[in-house]
Amino acid sequence: MTTRFFGAPIKRNEDKKLLTGQALFIDDVELPGMLHVAFLRSQVAHARIQHIDVSRALKRPGVVAVFTADDLGAYWKPGPLLVPPPPISGIVFNQRTQVPLAKDKVRHVGEPLAIVVAESRYIAEDALDDIEVDLEILRAVVDLEHGLGTSSVHVHDDLGSNISAHVRQIKGDYRCAVAKADLVLKRRFHYEHGISSPIETRGVVAQWNARGSQMTVWDTTQAPVFIRNGLAAMLGLSERQVRVIAPFVGGGFGPKIMMFYPEEVALPWISMRLNRPLKWIEDRLEHFFATTHERGQIHDAEIAVDSQGRILGIKDVFLHDTGAYNPYGLTVPINSQCTLLGPYVVPAYDSTFTAVFTNLPIVTPYRGAGRQHGVFVIERLLDLAAGELNIDPAEIRRRNLIPPDAFPYSNEIIYQDFQPLEYDSGNYEPVLDKALETVGYNHFIKHEQPKLRAQGRCVGMGVACYVEGTGIGPYEGAKVQVQANGKVSVATGIGTQGQGHFTSFAQIAADQLGVDVTEVDVVTGDTDQFYWGAGTFASRGAVVAGNAVNEAARVVRQKALKLASDAFECSEDDLVIADGKVSIVGIPQKFIRLGELAQRANPMRGAVKPGTEPGLEATQYFGPPSGATANGVHAVILEIDPLTFELKILKYVVVHDCGTVINPMILAGQIHGGVAQGIGNAFYEKLSFDDQGQLLNASLADYLLPTALEVPRMELAHITTPSPLNPLGIKGAGEAGAIPVGPLFAQAIENALNVGRKKVELLEIPLSPSRLFELTRMADQP
Amino acid sequence: MQPDHHDIELKVNGTTHRRGVESRMLLSDFLRHELLLAGTHVGCEHGVCGACTILVNGAPVRSCLMLAAQANGQQLSTVEGLANDTGELHPVQQAMHDHHGLQCGYCTPGILMTMTAFLKENPAPSEEEVREALSGNLCRCTGYQNIVDAMMAAAQAMRAAAS
Repeated sequence: MTTRFFGAPIKRNEDKKLLTGQALFIDDVELPGMLHVAFLRSQVAHARIQHIDVSRALKRPGVVAVFTADDLGAYWKPGPLLVPPPPISGIVFNQRTQVPLAKDKVRHVGEPLAIVVAESRYIAEDALDDIEVDLEILRAVVDLEHGLGTSSVHVHDDLGSNISAHVRQIKGDYRCAVAKADLVLKRRFHYEHGISSPIETRGVVAQWNARGSQMTVWDTTQAPVFIRNGLAAMLGLSERQVRVIAPFVGGGFGPKIMMFYPEEVALPWISMRLNRPLKWIEDRLEHFFATTHERGQIHDAEIAVDSQGRILGIKDVFLHDTGAYNPYGLTVPINSQCTLLGPYVVPAYDSTFTAVFTNLPIVTPYRGAGRQHGVFVIERLLDLAAGELNIDPAEIRRRNLIPPDAFPYSNEIIYQDFQPLEYDSGNYEPVLDKALETVGYNHFIKHEQPKLRAQGRCVGMGVACYVEGTGIGPYEGAKVQVQANGKVSVATGIGTQGQGHFTSFAQIAADQLGVDVTEVDVVTGDTDQFYWGAGTFASRGAVVAGNAVNEAARVVRQKALKLASDAFECSEDDLVIADGKVSIVGIPQKFIRLGELAQRANPMRGAVKPGTEPGLEATQYFGPPSGATANGVHAVILEIDPLTFELKILKYVVVHDCGTVINPMILAGQIHGGVAQGIGNAFYEKLSFDDQGQLLNASLADYLLPTALEVPRMELAHITTPSPLNPLGIKGAGEAGAIPVGPLFAQAIENALNVGRKKVELLEIPLSPSRLFELTRMADQP
Repeated sequence: MQPDHHDIELKVNGTTHRRGVESRMLLSDFLRHELLLAGTHVGCEHGVCGACTILVNGAPVRSCLMLAAQANGQQLSTVEGLANDTGELHPVQQAMHDHHGLQCGYCTPGILMTMTAFLKENPAPSEEEVREALSGNLCRCTGYQNIVDAMMAAAQAMRAAAS
């Protein structure tokens, strides 16, 4: 196989549609006779439902139907558990999944109480005001520690506590580590992630075709095949009767894979009952409550090190806010627990977490998926130890890196994919070196910073390391098919939300089949085009589906060579595939176009040999044995205004190793976007809840997504350590940019502010100018 | 309440449309669901994200903060009108493609409309000016860097074409 396209910065196939307004997004689906749906949502976080009266709404002209939980009858069921708890001994997991409509009790603001179906969205929203709801308001569980106290009310009455899960994982003997340690440091860390807030909110369109007994659902999901299978089961249909299409999706970042959202459950069922197509598009206010979050953890963590700063052991006990329900199992806190270990040799690790039910929206993975929380803890612990031992922050990291000859490196505990946490490959020190070199670490520390400090400027340096488990199983598949017109079609079951799959998968197929990338038409996210698959999550699309595309295209290539060798009566070794045709080596005028071979493979007359499949196509699957571990280092130089605490980034560097790279342009874009979200998380975005579980800043005017003025220019560099776990050597990259920004900011801001001040420890994320003002003022007080 | 109706006539991308609309119909909904010009995207419905930006008489406007009735008699431009009749991309579109300035593409139409108007006003902007002009459009995918690069390149291409 030649690699003309693999590894090259090929411009994207999908751009033209998107740039000209021709791409189909969910709200662009227009169907004859379509009705519009609005959801009445709870305005309080915790209450008993006494009565819901929809009679006035039903009388409003244009309203077609109104449904409450009771109207759903036997269809009303708690949702499935998307990810069961991993096989860890002693694990406690109390499954309480979300419901289509609240019955008896509401458990978070935004939980749906009733559904209005009307001739227009305007009328449907008018009718929401007609519904009368009588609630007995209860105290809300908002604070994690209070939630575990004996006097707390319970989110799920039957449970008798607010414990969602309890997990302990151990490696080595932490008590021995402490006994040998020269220094043991203990701190409490608060880390909150936020909302992914894609610019396109969620939406569902459902169309029941009674004549064909066929359900078609357009859904902004990252996992159309799971949705198809689940809906078929719920609706009493065969999978073949349900087609789920994830059209162009305007960003996902994790929360678009929660399943099932109440809207995904409700619309198809109502469409069957009314025999009309229905559309629901989430508005931005709804998005703040109705789409899942990723929020906070509180870690009580300690590190034991020797006098040289080498880690002997880490102990961590943390609380995890899981929200009102736990349909995504333990993925987020398990990721926190595992990713805390980072790129370091940690001989002893004792980690326990308790996941707590709260009266807040559901927590599921958002880009990073809990990895941020763990990385914050280890990176901050190392900074604190470096400070105590008077070791340079970059140096203490270097001393603890896993050496290159230690791979595959086992961390012994169990990861989110149920496999033991084992790093497949890596070469960490060159990544750190490259980052320090690119950011100008030594020069800044020795020369620039003293000079700028002398001028009264608060400038600081930060450097943070991380690993990222990516590309987990179970599997993905791809069907590669040469069309009669010579174009190549690639279909796969994953969804796509801007990751460039239409191009990166085309590059892989184009190299195998000797066609141009623009001749490859990639279809993702339509269950009628490709039947099997899992979805886009855990930085796995390129790794798992990419390798499936490669395998399928390779088989098609073999078929094309075989057909051509029969036609030319020559050996396959004498043939070459290039420029959309198969020709004889050295005789370029002797060729057959791929399209013609495809036609010949589907003859109208005559016998075909036994065992022959028609068409020039192949379907292949790829399932990695376990996830591939990517790694990276971010470094920053930033400046803080000592009066306003406004932050300015002077230099931002990312050095990253995600194995072999399919398309460096697309990879850079993934990293830029991840860093931007990381910056938002570190310094601008905070979900502010009051003690009643009300979100006080549910608008984009108050919840601050970074703009072009906050996100700096980034310098990127790559080190390549291929993964041995897949033939292409790929590791995932989707989440890398977002993961280490919190500890990086905390370290650099401390470094910038500590001059001439009382020592300020930044042990929480998100920070903000006002929070820095509070923390430094507290430190200044006697 | 009997919703009051307005008969309106407006030009979008050079084509005249006449329709009756309710007073409360948002211009964004009118463009998307009445005229089926769905390239204009709605991200927040409160004027913050900028995805729904169109041009009204050449000036960028958030179509979610304007009523269809207010567009009566106005000349509107949307993303569907940016490429020329032969399908050749506008230099700003082309630069976005060349510099990987879009990922999911949802915010892109609003950015294209904002920035075509900006570059008309300021054909030789600094990077800082581009960032300032872009700061009213939220993008959650790209981190803006490639959009900024695209706009600097588009400005240069348009200056070269004009001279």
